[in-house]
Amino acid sequence: MNTAPLKPGEVSLGTTIMAVQFNGGVVVGADSRTTTGSYIANRVTDKLTQVHDHIFCCRSGSAADTQAIADIVHYNLQLLAAQEGEEPTVQKAANLFQQLVYQNKDALSAGIIVGGYDKYNGGSVYSVPLGGSLHKQPFCIGGSGSTYIYGFCDAEYKENMTKEECVDFVKRSVALAMSRDGSSGGVIRLAIIDKNGVERIFVPGNQLPQFFEG
Amino acid sequence: MNTYPNPFSEAISYQRMEQYDQEHLESLSNISPMTRTQQPIVTGTSVLAVKYKDGIMMTTDCLASYGSLARFKNIERMIKVGNSTIIGASGDMSDFQYITYLMDKLMTKEYNANNGQPLAPENIYEYLSQVMYQRRNKFDPLWNALVVGGYQDGKSFLGYVNLRGTTYQSDTIATGYGAYIAQPLLRNAVEKKNGELFTEEEAKKLLDDCMRVLFYRDARSLNKLQRATVTAAGVTISEPYSLETEWGFAEHIRGYGA
Amino acid sequence: MSSIGTGYDLSSSTYSLDGRIFQVEYAMKAVDNSGLCIGLRAKDGIVLAISKLVHSKLLVPKSNKRIASVDQHIGMVCPGLIADGKALIKRARAEAQNYKDNFRMPISGKMIADRMGQFVQAYTLYSSVRPFGCSTLIATYDSVGPSLYMIDPSGVYWGYFGCAVGKNKQIAKAEIEKLKLNELTSRQAVMEVARIMYSVMEDDIKDRDYEIEYTWICDESDKKHVEVPSDLIEEAERKAKESLDDDDDDDMDDE
Repeated sequence: MNTAPLKPGEVSLGTTIMAVQFNGGVVVGADSRTTTGSYIANRVTDKLTQVHDHIFCCRSGSAADTQAIADIVHYNLQLLAAQEGEEPTVQKAANLFQQLVYQNKDALSAGIIVGGYDKYNGGSVYSVPLGGSLHKQPFCIGGSGSTYIYGFCDAEYKENMTKEECVDFVKRSVALAMSRDGSSGGVIRLAIIDKNGVERIFVPGNQLPQFFEG
Repeated sequence: MNTYPNPFSEAISYQRMEQYDQEHLESLSNISPMTRTQQPIVTGTSVLAVKYKDGIMMTTDCLASYGSLARFKNIERMIKVGNSTIIGASGDMSDFQYITYLMDKLMTKEYNANNGQPLAPENIYEYLSQVMYQRRNKFDPLWNALVVGGYQDGKSFLGYVNLRGTTYQSDTIATGYGAYIAQPLLRNAVEKKNGELFTEEEAKKLLDDCMRVLFYRDARSLNKLQRATVTAAGVTISEPYSLETEWGFAEHIRGYGA
Repeated sequence: MSSIGTGYDLSSSTYSLDGRIFQVEYAMKAVDNSGLCIGLRAKDGIVLAISKLVHSKLLVPKSNKRIASVDQHIGMVCPGLIADGKALIKRARAEAQNYKDNFRMPISGKMIADRMGQFVQAYTLYSSVRPFGCSTLIATYDSVGPSLYMIDPSGVYWGYFGCAVGKNKQIAKAEIEKLKLNELTSRQAVMEVARIMYSVMEDDIKDRDYEIEYTWICDESDKKHVEVPSDLIEEAERKAKESLDDDDDDDMDDE
């Protein structure tokens, strides 16, 4: 499925990532596992990367590729904010990610979710999957772990959820993915982004929501 | 990682340079040739279109697949270009979004020129065909099969172009699975009319019937579709709708015939 | 002019002794020779208009347009040297497309004005180039609403509720200042523009062949920069001429 499969020894964000829109903002979430093959290179990774005051991206695929992309977008958004004298919209940030992934699709393995708040659109979520297309969605899941929870998320997602309901939805979804996907695990990191700024939530690996095991 | 040696210390420099070149040559012999050909990732399935009395009718479903995963279920695969042309796309969605951007760029240029001569569907089709063929010559194709439909000055236009730059024009066009399953049905229907064109209702029913069969038989399809028309009144793209399907007969089926 | 013969007016890369750049000021003179050009920002859109002499009967009526679109949501007109204006329009189109290439969104009015301001200013820095002999009016309708900018040959730009450039601009400005632009619709603004145009130009071009070009970008035009509908122009010009006649009558009465 990859346009650019991982090179031998490359560090991968096997990953479960997610973003959900709510009235006035977004909740983004991710697991914390980074692997090289089956070895966990980092069990406390932060896959939620801030690219501007009110815009985050969730990274999946090659750690090196997605970090490089996030750095470039971060730079461009800083520049843009200074030039235009106002905060960039989430759509503009998503467009920048899309451009980079699309134009370098032969070289990259990067699946990115962009989520954030801006004064024109409130909270919004964009998905930039492997080939470099762009999809605006009310909520979005990504990474290898996401394949295990499509059904759960489709069933559990409700329109017009409150912030608290969104946080709970993301926690349970990511925990379920982590429990079935060997490439996802560790802790759950969440960020709530609204007009007031960013609130980070941390769920330790020994306090994850529990489900059926058998 | 090798770094180039300090150029100011010549004695060491040449020695290291040789070492670097040697390693570089060795690594060259191990790498595979550069390729530009990709593969589609997020994909859309069939596009169907027919000429009818008032112009062109086209349908696509709303699904963008990721391999066998039905990943995005609410996308649009038809775009309006100007006031008399529509483009429907199957294949890679990122490339289709790029084509959408190209069309916007082209139409902005036309808008600025403000010369009172809007691009005809034929012109847009030709432009698109040239882009598709040029990209295949760079071995970097835009991975799509596209249908261009249009109606201008009382004339209908319907054309096809794909990732290889292959083109043809016809009264009925179907891409992807539709080329195998829907095209025979469409041509049958045309032949039955004996040279007469479909009415709007006939065209609607024909395309819906084809989309229903495709929903039954194409594993990358979705029963959520849009219908577009290009007529003298302009381009309209409907809201997503679903088709009635029939499964009741399955209730009495038992076993596999052994 | 005091500058003549001092040698400080030969290049824009040299200041005069009192800190002026004469070449830029001369460029502004070139703008002052232009036919009157007016931009009005109404509450729901912008109207642009420029008058131009038709110097030959061999020209096709309404040809040689002076107001151009830079993108669907941007109108631009450059009163002054026509060829310089064309170069600026070409640059503006490149800037608008370049922004779209990078960010996949239409450029805002503020940004296109800023980019064009920088471009114009760059031509005031070097001895090898000549400053642009035209001002630039930019009308846009974007997410923050309608906005109107004007750039000087110096590169300076401001946002305006209304502005006038070219012959008799002072009289036109005085007229514009009387308007309540925040309450005007674009339709009403077209009427006002025509009225001002005719009243200001009256003496200048009485016996000469001229045309006035009108475009707008407003809610009625679907936030697109297009020519003002011809029936509206006809109505506006008819009323403008009527009001001129009324004034004449008034004059008679006074006598």
